[in-house]
Amino acid sequence: MSILVNKETRVLVQGITGREGGFQTERCIDYGTKVVAGCTPGRGGETAFGVPVFNTVAEAVEQQGPIDCSLIFVPAPGAADAILEAAASQIKVIICITEGIPTMDMMRVKRALRDSNLTLIGPNCPGVITPDECRVGIMPGSVFAKGRVGVVSRSGTLVYEGVDQLTRLGIGQSTCVGVGGDPIIGTTQRQVLEMFNNDPETDAIVMIGEIGGTAEQDAADYIKANVKKPVIAFIAGSTAPAGRRMGHAGAIIAGNTGTAASKKKALAAAGATICESPAEIGVTTQRVLKERGLI
Amino acid sequence: MKVHEYQAKQLFAAYGVPVPNGRVATTPHEAREIALELGGASVVKAQIHAGGRGKGGGIKLAANADEAEAAAKQVIGMTLVTPQTGPEGRLVRSVLVEEQTPVERELYLAALIDNSTGFPVLMGSSAGGMEIEEVAATNPEAIHRVQIDPAAGFQPYQGRQLAFALGLTGDLLRPAVTLMADLYRFFVEKDCSLAEINPLVVTKDNRILALDAKLNFDDNAAFRHPDILALRDKDEEDPLEVRAQEEGISNYVKLDGNIGCVVNGAGLAMATMDAIKLAGGEPANFLDIATANDPQRVVNALGIITSDPNVKAILINIFGGMARVDVIAEGIIKANEELKLNVPIVARLAGTNLEEGVRMLEASSVHCERAEDLGEAARKAVAAAGAAQ
Repeated sequence: MSILVNKETRVLVQGITGREGGFQTERCIDYGTKVVAGCTPGRGGETAFGVPVFNTVAEAVEQQGPIDCSLIFVPAPGAADAILEAAASQIKVIICITEGIPTMDMMRVKRALRDSNLTLIGPNCPGVITPDECRVGIMPGSVFAKGRVGVVSRSGTLVYEGVDQLTRLGIGQSTCVGVGGDPIIGTTQRQVLEMFNNDPETDAIVMIGEIGGTAEQDAADYIKANVKKPVIAFIAGSTAPAGRRMGHAGAIIAGNTGTAASKKKALAAAGATICESPAEIGVTTQRVLKERGLI
Repeated sequence: MKVHEYQAKQLFAAYGVPVPNGRVATTPHEAREIALELGGASVVKAQIHAGGRGKGGGIKLAANADEAEAAAKQVIGMTLVTPQTGPEGRLVRSVLVEEQTPVERELYLAALIDNSTGFPVLMGSSAGGMEIEEVAATNPEAIHRVQIDPAAGFQPYQGRQLAFALGLTGDLLRPAVTLMADLYRFFVEKDCSLAEINPLVVTKDNRILALDAKLNFDDNAAFRHPDILALRDKDEEDPLEVRAQEEGISNYVKLDGNIGCVVNGAGLAMATMDAIKLAGGEPANFLDIATANDPQRVVNALGIITSDPNVKAILINIFGGMARVDVIAEGIIKANEELKLNVPIVARLAGTNLEEGVRMLEASSVHCERAEDLGEAARKAVAAAGAAQ
C-alpha cells in the first residue's frame, strides 16, 4: 500500500499538449504511470504520446471511464479554473504543478473544495510519487526507490535532495509528496502526516519544511498528539533574512512568526528528530531507523 | 509589490475609502503650492517604501506654506533611516503634502489572508499607530478579527461586529461599515496580499479617515493589473534585484556574504544557503533559477551574481526535476564564454538529464569543481571563497 497514488491509479493530464506538460507526461508514462487521457481545450480528437486528448475533463471522464487522479500543467492564469474543472468531474486526487497562481484564485478554489471529499495537492508543487508504481508530477524518477519511509515536503527540489540521500543509503520510500510552496495549498503537511500515520506500509516519516506561516507548527501539534512512527524533520531557511520572500510566496518571515528556529523548536518538542543540515537528512534518518530497529 | 503611501491613498480614494486631502510633491516649490491649496497648515511626509518614517524625522508638521516648503527642502534628498530601512537608509525623492487632521482616536484596520485557513480576514485593533505584531505580542485582546467567506463576500453584520468591538458606534457606525466594505472590495479586486490602514483615525469632528495606508500586492496576479504595475517605483528596490527581474529571474534576493548561489527551486536555494552557513561561509544571495528551460537564464543569473563585487566563489546547485541539467550546462558554458567568468565555480548537479549535462561540461572549457552532494558542495565553495579572499 501507499498513499494517494499507486500502480492502479488512472491519470488524466490537463495541459498535456504544452511544452512542460508533454515532456513530463512522457516521463510519467515511461515510469509506468497509467495515463489514460489528456485534456487541452481545442485539441480534442488528437493523440499525445499515445494518449487520447479531449476538449473538456467531463468528456475525458465520459469517454475513458473512471479517472482517479488529474495532473495539471495549465499556465497560472487558467490553473484555478482547471482545478475546479477536475473537481466538477469528481476526480478524487487533483495534483496541480503550476507555479504562480494568484492567491485570490486559490482562496476561491479552497473555498469551493472545502465541503468536498476531493484531495488537492499543490499548487506550485512537484507532485506525488509512489516509487516503482506511479509518478504523477515532475520529479526525477531515477532517484526514488521503493521502501517504507514516507516523505512530505513543501519544496519540490528538497524532496529530490532528501530522497536522493535516502536512496543512496539504501532507504526506500513508500510515497513522496510535495505539498507546494504557496501560502494557500490544497493539502497541508499535517494532512499528509495523517495519511502516512495511517498507512501500514509507512514505518517512518521525513518531513521537510521551510520558513513562513505556521504549517510546521500545526504538523507538530498533530505529531505530538497522534504519531508514534519516527518523524525526521528539516526546516529550510535558517539563514533567510526576515521580511523577504524567499522564492516561494509562502516563504517569508513576518515579524517573529515563521522562523526556522520556532518551527524546529515546535517539532523537537513534539518528538521529531531535527536535522540541522540539509546534507544530513539521509544519515539522520538512517540513524533513527536503526535506533528504532526498523532497519 | 509595494507602492508609496500617496499612491495607496489615491487607490483608496477611488474605492471610496476616505483619506485626507493632499498631493505628492517632488520639489519644495510644489510642496508650497500644495500647502497653499490646502490653506497653509499641512503635514509633509517622506515617501519611501518603509514604515517608521516619523521616528527617522521623515514626517513634519507645517503651520503655513513657508514651513511646508522648508520642511520639503529638508526631507527631499535626505537619506531617511527608520527601523525598517536598515542602517543604510533610503533616499527620499518625494513628499506627500496633506491637510492636518485633528485626531480624536487612532485605530488599526487591515484586510489580509489568513494562511492557516486560506480565508480573508478583516482585522481591527483599538491600538492604532502601533505595529500590529507589537500589539499581538503585548496586548492581544485589543485585536478583533472577522473571517470572510470568499464565496459570499463581506457582509454588513461582520462590519458592525468589528465596528462595535472598536468602539465605532453612533454616527460612526454606518461610515465605518461602508469603509470596511470598500476596503475589502479593493483588497479582492486588486489582488492585495495586505491592505493596511494604520492608523485609521476618528477626527475631532467625528469623521473616520485613513491617515496612513500600506499596500502589498500579490506578484502572481500582476499580469491582470497593469494599472498597479504602472505604480512600481524601481528606485525603491535593489538595483541588482530589479535587473534580475528584467532578465527573467524573479527570485533573486541580495544578501551580504561572498558565495554567490545559483540553485533551482526555492526550498533547495534556502537549504543551500543554510549549508553554506553551516560550512562556515556566508551566502551572497538567494537565487532560484526556477524551471524555465532556457540557457540564457543561467547566463543572466551568473551575470547578476558576478556583478556583486563581494562574490568570491559561486556555488551552482541543480537538482533537475522539471529543470534539466543539460540545459543548465549549456547555460554555464555560454556564460563562461560571454562573461569570461574569473570566480571559482563549484557545481553540484543531479537529476533530469544529468549524464548529458555532465558530458557537455566535460567537453567544454569551463573550469568548475564538481561536488557529489550538497555538503561537499558547500564545503568546497567555502574553501574556494576563503582562498580567493
